[in-house]
Amino acid sequence: MSSPKAKIEVIERYCKGCAICAEFCPTNVLEMDAFVVKVARPEACTACMQCELRCPDFAIEVHKL
Amino acid sequence: MAYDYAKHIRPGKLPHIWCPGCGHGIAMKGMIRAIDACGLEKNNTAIVSGIGCASRLPGYMDYCTLHTAHGRAAAFATGVKMARPEMNVIVVGGDGDGTAIGGNHFIHACRRNIDMTYIILNNSIYGMTGGQFSPCTPTGAKASTTVYGNPDPTFDISKLAIGAGASFVARGTAFHAAQIDKLIAEGIKHKGLAVIEILDDCPTTYGRRNKFRSVVDMMKRLKEIAVPVAAAAKMTAEQLEGKVLTGILHQENKPEYCEQYAQVIARAKCA
Repeated sequence: MSSPKAKIEVIERYCKGCAICAEFCPTNVLEMDAFVVKVARPEACTACMQCELRCPDFAIEVHKL
Repeated sequence: MAYDYAKHIRPGKLPHIWCPGCGHGIAMKGMIRAIDACGLEKNNTAIVSGIGCASRLPGYMDYCTLHTAHGRAAAFATGVKMARPEMNVIVVGGDGDGTAIGGNHFIHACRRNIDMTYIILNNSIYGMTGGQFSPCTPTGAKASTTVYGNPDPTFDISKLAIGAGASFVARGTAFHAAQIDKLIAEGIKHKGLAVIEILDDCPTTYGRRNKFRSVVDMMKRLKEIAVPVAAAAKMTAEQLEGKVLTGILHQENKPEYCEQYAQVIARAKCA
């Protein structure tokens, strides 16, 4: 597996657990853990930014490496 | 680098009040990126809203904001723009606020072609007041006031805006998040009334009454029904059945209201 392209930061206090980010992540980096998203497979992240763009709650920040 | 939304939001206001998965947050982020891309200054930008879920948006924005009566956002915004024509005025509201309760104000703002940007977050329902049907609730859909199905035909907000005389009309969806800021930025740059309709989801008062099992199902529907205008030109009428066009739907140059009014003032002074 190649090295991750970005570091994904989840602001848990803002996350409402809608799962939009996890469902539409093209490389299945994110997973739902109870009612909060968690970064399950950071190595697969391609820094496409779709999770950050689609998060309605300002809870995901994607820092490109 | 992650996008820095924080500098546009009033400190301590997040998390916002919208329900889990509500597309209003996605639209708000797009609006922030558009405002930033256009280089609008906080003291020179007024964000005006009426009442409703979408109308809570200006409360989070660290700009000049005005939260007004239900449906009257366009009327107040017209007042702001006429008193201070140098300001950038952005109106935000929902489909009920904009096309039912404020329908009259909306069509006349379009007719006057006053230089404002009107962002309508169309989630097909009155969310905040308890899930009553709006003019944008699909025919046959269930709402708290149409429990046996909505008999009314539906407004097409974009067609309504074009018909009423708006000189820039665009449509996006909450699913196509990257497109939202581009459409709003084009609308802000446009001289005249720009209407940007963002098709949105309301999982709480619309989705659960209409057999959407989750927010994700509602997002998938937005993905399925949206067709970019360029792609639609190559499709047949049958293929376009049940689809909605997205992108810039209409753009023209027309006399702008504040300029026309300034001429009236000049003529009156000479008389």
